[in-house]
Amino acid sequence: MARYDRAITVFSPDGHLFQVEYALEAVRKGNAAVGVRGTDVVVLGVEKKSTAKLQDSRTVRKIVSLDDHIALVCAGLKADARVLVNRARIECQSHRLTVEDPVTVEYITRYIAGLQQKYTQSGGVRPFGLSTLIVGFDPYTGIPSLYQTDPSGAFSAWKANATGRNSNSMREFLEKNYKETSGQETVKLAIRALLEVVESGGKNIEIAVMTKEHGLRQLEEAEIDAIVAEIEAEKAAAETAKKAPPKET
Amino acid sequence: MKLDTSGLESAAPLFGVTSELVDGFSSAPSFELPVTTDFDGFQKEAIQMVKPARGTTTLAFIFKEGVMVAADSRASMGGYISSQSVKKIIEINPYMLGTMAGGAADCQFWHRNLGIKCRLHELANKRRISVTGASKLLANILYSYRGMGLSVGTMIAGWDETGPGLYYVDSEGGRLKGTRFSVGSGSPYAYGVLDSGYRYDLSIEEAAELARRAIYHATFRDGASGGVASVYYVGPNGWKKLSGDDVGELHYKYYPVMPSTVEQEMVEVAGA
Repeated sequence: MARYDRAITVFSPDGHLFQVEYALEAVRKGNAAVGVRGTDVVVLGVEKKSTAKLQDSRTVRKIVSLDDHIALVCAGLKADARVLVNRARIECQSHRLTVEDPVTVEYITRYIAGLQQKYTQSGGVRPFGLSTLIVGFDPYTGIPSLYQTDPSGAFSAWKANATGRNSNSMREFLEKNYKETSGQETVKLAIRALLEVVESGGKNIEIAVMTKEHGLRQLEEAEIDAIVAEIEAEKAAAETAKKAPPKET
Repeated sequence: MKLDTSGLESAAPLFGVTSELVDGFSSAPSFELPVTTDFDGFQKEAIQMVKPARGTTTLAFIFKEGVMVAADSRASMGGYISSQSVKKIIEINPYMLGTMAGGAADCQFWHRNLGIKCRLHELANKRRISVTGASKLLANILYSYRGMGLSVGTMIAGWDETGPGLYYVDSEGGRLKGTRFSVGSGSPYAYGVLDSGYRYDLSIEEAAELARRAIYHATFRDGASGGVASVYYVGPNGWKKLSGDDVGELHYKYYPVMPSTVEQEMVEVAGA
């Protein structure tokens, strides 16, 4: 088994590309990240590890914009993320230049996934150790989308998804609780999913909301705290309703 | 000279795929420079030699119902009329047309190449390419061959998600968006008729008649234009050929022969 995992371009006898699978492991160790698609907004959320006292937190932005109408969050190796994001940004502008149109979310996702795949089929390189969640609005129809890519170069569209640390629990939560939402409800759903795996509080969560009219907006810590408080209150209310003895005639 | 045959390859050039992993911009086509004492003079002469006067008349305009495209059908080599039945309106795809002016081979090849690129775009992105995008693709290709002797003066007309679109693209690398264009040696005459008769709210029949008349008048005065005046209409459901009339017959339609009164008659003189 060990013989088939050194070089990226070698299949194992049972059809695995071990380097790609190890890259997926790296993703599983990255920050928890979640994306939720609403009818008129898309929300990205990511776990924020507490910044060191002397670190300038503004330089540690995890949710980045690729263009006015596209944003991305990744889980995994941060340095790989920087390189991939730069290439994607250039491609967004190049597309604007050659066809005078902004990219669609699907196009840029296909480009990023294609790039990730290229690095699984070349000699002397290793795959990008990250999965991305890409959100945005179609420039003409205004329809919101959410896509996910992974180190193997596969991509697909989602209504809501999670990646990174404990992504399985978050995905289970989303599967149980997802419904078509809009505006603030979508934000709440994303935060509730994150709170399943992250210590609560605005200090540990970064949320960004994208709308068609206003583009990407990072929520302030105070705003996040307020929503978290709302969620806790709702949870408490639900708990007491359950515990109260059912009224019977 | 390395030609851009990327449109003929099966791998779509849409992602700018290069064989290197490091993202490099694909190098522009280039060729070796000739050895002369006066390179600038030589270059000027060469360009003058290959730059034909674009013997033709084509026109296109946007109006309320869509785009009207019309052209003549004469091909000339100097003073020799080589053909009276050239198709100068090229069907790029069911909702986009291109006109031909300049070198016939250049126009035909690059329009077909553009058709390939448009189809690949459709397949990859699951939606039609816009007229803006298609004209930009063609303009970029022509710009990369700038100075190498291509002669293309074309208009790209079509109907896309944003409505009717019309662009003028030429081999100098120029690309203009507009509502009325005429290209070719007969264009001054066509502009005269087109500009004086144009209104935005023409009906389809009126617009077709305007286009036909403009081409006819250009063929009347310009020796390099003639043959058949073809008129196409591009609407929300794609293009449709409306008419193709021989300009000789159009002449008698517009200026029918009137029997005139005879002023003087010659009579037989009785043999002297």
